[in-house]
Amino acid sequence: MSDVVKLHYDVDGDNFMAAGEASSTVKNVLKRLGFGEDLVRRAAICLYEGEINMVIHANGGTIDVSVSPQTIEMVLQDQGGGIPDIEQAMQEGFSTASDRVRDLGFGAGMGLPNMRRYADSLEISSEPGQGTRVTMTLNIAPA
Amino acid sequence: MGTGITIGQIQKLLGARLLCGETMLGTEVHSACGADLMSDVLAFVKEQSVLLTGLLNLQVVRTAEMMDMKCIVFVRGKVPDEAILTLAEARGIAVMSTDCRMYSACGRLYAAGLVGLE
Repeated sequence: MSDVVKLHYDVDGDNFMAAGEASSTVKNVLKRLGFGEDLVRRAAICLYEGEINMVIHANGGTIDVSVSPQTIEMVLQDQGGGIPDIEQAMQEGFSTASDRVRDLGFGAGMGLPNMRRYADSLEISSEPGQGTRVTMTLNIAPA
Repeated sequence: MGTGITIGQIQKLLGARLLCGETMLGTEVHSACGADLMSDVLAFVKEQSVLLTGLLNLQVVRTAEMMDMKCIVFVRGKVPDEAILTLAEARGIAVMSTDCRMYSACGRLYAAGLVGLE
């Protein structure tokens, strides 16, 4: 595989129940590309947590995935309210999610820690009022 | 990992009603987890084949899908709606509903050799 595979998705912010469709599609593409189960699952966990975050905190956004022979790079961009204190947001258990979101099984302050745990690199840039950009990279071990 | 048991055995042990995934009854599984918080399920990348939960929405199926799980058990008699079953069916995930509460359901399966991941 020498080509770079690029995928783009628009994530609808109004529909919590549709959240995860992009992650599901990306997971299937990665499987079809022949990556190992562990790598595919790590990528899926990272992207799914990110997608859920975009829907519950930022009214949706875009996901761009590019797969090169060396890396899987996933960029999530939203136009939401931004993260005022990223270090605080990274702490397990810290959450600003509503009770409604918690009732749905998310919003317990575990999403970003899960993303950091399973991505080889996680970069977050955010300004209050300017939205958030999350870049996660997973390294592809040489075959 | 513990000894494997089949999804059909899980159904019997829990006295559960199978709601979709009849073809999966003979599938053997080796580990399970019980959680109502989906991020807790997503915190462990190692294979966990069965999810027991009291949470009832589409993201339960999405979470199971991301984790390559084979079976979802809704505890305390909860019955999922058609949208949940349709998605689970499409993803090849068996779904059942048991009257057992979470603790008892997990206990019965654990005692039968279906362990969790440490």
